[in-house]
Amino acid sequence: MSLRTPLGRVLGLGAAKDGVQHWWVQRLTSVALVPLTIWFVVSLLALPALDHATVSVWLRQSWSALLLILLVLTAGWHSQLGMRVVVEDYVHDTGLRTLVLVLLTFAHVLLAAAAVLAVLRVALGGAGL
Amino acid sequence: MRTRPLSPHLSVYRMSRYTLATSILNRFTGVALSAGLLLLTYWLMALAAGAHAYARALVLLSGGPAKLVYAALIVSFCYHLAAGIRHLVWDTGRGLERAQAQRSAWLVAAATVVMVLAIGYFAWLAGERTP
Repeated sequence: MSLRTPLGRVLGLGAAKDGVQHWWVQRLTSVALVPLTIWFVVSLLALPALDHATVSVWLRQSWSALLLILLVLTAGWHSQLGMRVVVEDYVHDTGLRTLVLVLLTFAHVLLAAAAVLAVLRVALGGAGL
Repeated sequence: MRTRPLSPHLSVYRMSRYTLATSILNRFTGVALSAGLLLLTYWLMALAAGAHAYARALVLLSGGPAKLVYAALIVSFCYHLAAGIRHLVWDTGRGLERAQAQRSAWLVAAATVVMVLAIGYFAWLAGERTP
């Protein structure tokens, strides 16, 4: 027999303050992605060409590199949160679901890191020409 | 124990409803854009790897199948953007009445078409400039 009160049991089980964390970060990233994605699409369309030299020069402008890094990180985070919900909805086997969620998170972090590194290499002039 | 139906209860919804269509489309386009993120990263890595690697990647990235992928990504982006803004408005507690939601569903569809046409036009112009 437990000596804990019903209230204590309930408080120990429920979401504690961070229950809306997933929802909130999904909204926060989506608000940030509105201007970031529009900037990216407009910038790409405004480039005279998409060859190596033109894109590199564009990325060496500090604003482009900064905004592109922000875009990749925010989009990666938003994507991770969204894909997580999709997996949670459709993969019912607990073990498989956990495995897929872990792999999904690793993949997103890897992707974001690779993209940031690539932007930095071009922006800081490390890329071979 | 009896096996119970698990969420999402797809079978209880009427598939033709605009509520379901707009919602599932938002999810589909979101997943597509996640795949697009993969493509973006590949493009950036090729760019960072130098002019030769970039030229090699561009063979793949500028081919016919790639253009179909870009078209799908453009449509996905426009829809997900419009539907996402609709969701953000809902989150403020506005526009949740049935008539309003019906109207905003059409607004999202119209905004998607307009944005796709605009981006498609400029992308086509860019393609004309540099074949």
